[in-house]
Amino acid sequence: MIGTPALLVATAVLGVGTYACRAAGPLLRSRVTLPASVERLTTRAAVALLAAVAATGTLIVGHHFAGPARLVGVSVGALLAWRRTPFAVVVVAAAVTTALLRAAGVS
Amino acid sequence: MAWREDRELLRDAALVCGADALVGASFGAIAVGAGLPVWAPVLLSVVVFGGASQFLLVGLLAAGSPVVSAVLACLLVNARHLPYGFAIGDALGSGWARRLVGSHLLVDETVVFALARRPSGRHRAAFWVCGVGLFVCWNLGVLAGAYAGATVPDTDAFGLDAAFPAVLIALILPALRDAPTRRGALAGAALAVGTAPVLPAGLPVVLAPLGLIAGLRGRTGRIRRSSPARHPSPHTAADLGAHCVDEPGPDAGSRSSEGGR
Repeated sequence: MIGTPALLVATAVLGVGTYACRAAGPLLRSRVTLPASVERLTTRAAVALLAAVAATGTLIVGHHFAGPARLVGVSVGALLAWRRTPFAVVVVAAAVTTALLRAAGVS
Repeated sequence: MAWREDRELLRDAALVCGADALVGASFGAIAVGAGLPVWAPVLLSVVVFGGASQFLLVGLLAAGSPVVSAVLACLLVNARHLPYGFAIGDALGSGWARRLVGSHLLVDETVVFALARRPSGRHRAAFWVCGVGLFVCWNLGVLAGAYAGATVPDTDAFGLDAAFPAVLIALILPALRDAPTRRGALAGAALAVGTAPVLPAGLPVVLAPLGLIAGLRGRTGRIRRSSPARHPSPHTAADLGAHCVDEPGPDAGSRSSEGGR
């Protein structure tokens, strides 16, 4: 579907661009000491990003609703996490719930 | 205490690594199934090491999207790593080698593992254990999947697509005890979900930090309400001064007595 040179260039450009995004923070941090207020803000931004990744990963595939099976599974996991259930139980329970729902025909 | 925490860390990281290896196998199989040569998903995984962008690239190329726009879309998906680096760059450790190698391991899972363990000071160990484990497992998974091809079962049947958001939710919950962080996260998540049906992939998530504005507005509103100092609220001082992931919430004692995670 795509030639080998184009595939190599695409991989290289995506790899370099992604690495540049990742390395900017750690490399700049070694030169400046961030004030506590900025440190707090970057942490809050990261938590907001992770929450957004979790929320869209729960609800959205492409541009559409991901279906009830995934939503129910993640909700079970979130409820268990909120109840301070051990991490491993949370993760396995989310996956098993969704898998069982799919096995029962709920997508 | 530290020993027990280390054992918990290894167990939790191993679970996430195992799940990611299976998803990696699925990625390798899908990529080869879409017509890519076996080396392509393997090289992509080593060089890019970003699951969501890898799936998107293969999906777009398979759908006949032009290469340039496909790569741009994937870069947009990976743009969230820029703020990650500023937030958790201290977990990589000092020295150029650690920073240069560690940067490549900045992914959702390592960031959330490190953030969750920053209050206990174990964020470096968490970052590196999770990062090295994920890099090895993800790439071995992709390699196996690329060779196994169509014999790899669909990981959705195992519910692994639900496991990943559950990992993130479980690990950011402690940070959400801080009110401005919680407001920002909820607003950011709502913004991302609300815009996902109309915006190109990746962009909704990148908008999430704008949710922090909602958090700030909530905070100044609260200060204004309690400002005449009739009832000096204990919460206001905590909100302004506390670090957002280690603010001792009302239930901090009971949680830390469990050893935390």
